[in-house]
Amino acid sequence: MTIWLDADSRILVQGMTGSEGTKHTRRMVASGAQVVAGVTPGKGGQEVDGIPVFGDVGEAMAQTGANVSVVFVPPRFAKAAVEEAVDAAIPLCVVITEGIPVHDTAQFFQYAVNAGSTRIIGPNCPGIISPGQSNAGIIPADITGTGPIGLVSKSGTLTYQMMYELNDIGFSTCVGIGGDPIIGTTHIDCLAAFEADPATEAIVMIGEIGGDAEERAAAFIADNVTKPVVGYVAGFTAPEGKTMGHAGAIVSGSSGTAQAKKEALEAVGVRVGQTPSETARLMRSLLRG
Amino acid sequence: MDLYEYQAKHLFDVHDVPVTSGEVCSTPEAAHEAARKIGSAVVVKAQVKTGGRGKAGGVKLAADPEEAHDRARDILGLDIKGHVVRRVLVTEATDIAEEYYVSFLLDRANRAFLAMASVEGGVDIEEVAATRPDALALVRIDAIEGVDEAKAREIVESAGFPEAIRGQVVDILVQLWHVLVKEDATLVEVNPLVLSADGRVLALDGKVTLDDNANYRHASHADLVDRDDTDPIELRAKEFDLNYVKLDGEVGIIGNGAGLVMSTLDVVAYAGEEFGGVRPANFLDIGGGASAEVMSNGLDIVLNDPDVRAVFVNVFGGITSCDAVANGIVQAVGALAERGNPVTKPIVCRIDGNNAVEGRRILTEFDHPLVEMVETMDDAARRVAELAGSAA
Repeated sequence: MTIWLDADSRILVQGMTGSEGTKHTRRMVASGAQVVAGVTPGKGGQEVDGIPVFGDVGEAMAQTGANVSVVFVPPRFAKAAVEEAVDAAIPLCVVITEGIPVHDTAQFFQYAVNAGSTRIIGPNCPGIISPGQSNAGIIPADITGTGPIGLVSKSGTLTYQMMYELNDIGFSTCVGIGGDPIIGTTHIDCLAAFEADPATEAIVMIGEIGGDAEERAAAFIADNVTKPVVGYVAGFTAPEGKTMGHAGAIVSGSSGTAQAKKEALEAVGVRVGQTPSETARLMRSLLRG
Repeated sequence: MDLYEYQAKHLFDVHDVPVTSGEVCSTPEAAHEAARKIGSAVVVKAQVKTGGRGKAGGVKLAADPEEAHDRARDILGLDIKGHVVRRVLVTEATDIAEEYYVSFLLDRANRAFLAMASVEGGVDIEEVAATRPDALALVRIDAIEGVDEAKAREIVESAGFPEAIRGQVVDILVQLWHVLVKEDATLVEVNPLVLSADGRVLALDGKVTLDDNANYRHASHADLVDRDDTDPIELRAKEFDLNYVKLDGEVGIIGNGAGLVMSTLDVVAYAGEEFGGVRPANFLDIGGGASAEVMSNGLDIVLNDPDVRAVFVNVFGGITSCDAVANGIVQAVGALAERGNPVTKPIVCRIDGNNAVEGRRILTEFDHPLVEMVETMDDAARRVAELAGSAA
């Protein structure tokens, strides 16, 4: 089993006719994912590599049975695109788009909460992959295999690094939750899902500076997670008040520091690696030991 | 982007939040003229993006234009927590009866907004929150519903504002919410909000943080960037559309993806402890799908930083193709030599992932004496720290 995405997932791509949308549609298809539809307003009736394009999400779902949306539309159209997917009650909406104003994200997240039928992953994230089954987003599929590890990370490239380092053991599902200040799916959501997933035996959790999501995840682990968790936190050397790439990665005063996050995780028994490679070694020894 | 007080108060004024009149000045003479126009006692306030100005001597009362001139002369050029004062705000002095606190901010944990309000203003609000949490009202704001009169009344009642001024504070809260939403801010804070002796409620100070992701819908926000206060290398990187932050160490860092680059900084700092405490000189994320040109621009920026003694290129090719990274390195080294500015600093590369074999082949073939490849991130960090340490 996996979480949220499996071999039966039927993916539609919002913004498929754009250059990023087309490029990553091809990569998803090449990795074996079932991409069944594209959606671009005003371009219904076209095709991309034989995949039909529809004018709106509701029609695409009705015609193709799509149940996952991957959003590549530019920031200024992202809010409308996500709300359209929510209106169509798609179960999972993965927002890859980077650079969405946080007021827009706060509104479409609340919109999805009010509607109650759509899980949002992202924005500003690499997506979700269940190796060997399906791939919704931009995570490279050929760097790892199927296995017992669940991975949740704010960072795209650190996700890839970890998948690659542990490719011989393999992963059930890897979720890139994104580096923005407001995200639809949190570390805690993923930890809860991995805890409930019989195919996941251990969890790698990657965090970074900014906010207190890692601290809250630590409290959640203490009360709710029985499976072993290994952690990594990026940003020990980041100065206060400077945004480090991700809009959400900023230390303000004493809050959001990497040290505080590491301490919170260690206090509940999570082993935290000093480098990504050491983190991978911790996971390896835990599963083999 | 954090704004200066005078910029924040200008946005308040635009959205009808009452503020005292004032003028921003960069010379004592201008301060004299501003005080003369105001025609009453004034306050001369250092414009720096940090707290604790008053304690540092950056806020002074002046009875007349001559005094305003002298106080501005004292304050301009002061160093307040590493921020040099280049401007002062000369503003009408207010006879203060009471001081309060109000703010709206992004609430990451609850994925909404939060209103904070207290009738104990004018002091460090974090201290109030820590020592007397009951004195600080916290009200969740739904991102779709926002703040209307009823919500503002709820905040005002929850904080216990005096009956006589509740109407005024309600109006101010609704207008402040407009500042937050219409300007795409993630924080608007008024500390203190004051009741003047003549019964008016005014924003005496202001703090605003704008969301850079929303710049595309606010052309005027570009004018709020203080170029004098921005590192020159950061400005140059911005022209290339590169995500760069200047730091204070000796090892230049280039990588792809914010998380991996942050991690690279950390790994280099750990490794540097063995080599005389060398540290990262910058954060530079060339992003997903970076081309050879982007790599080349990045290397140009980092190699031209005089603090940099050695460079670490750390790429995991997910979308980025490693052959493009390798080609970018080769092109950048060639282009710098053509400009009469040949590479003199060692470049350590660790490239892995998408098309890594081809990328490594390109660099092996290039066979440049200053470019070397190391297989793992941890080993490469140790090597570059060693090189930077020995170049001291």
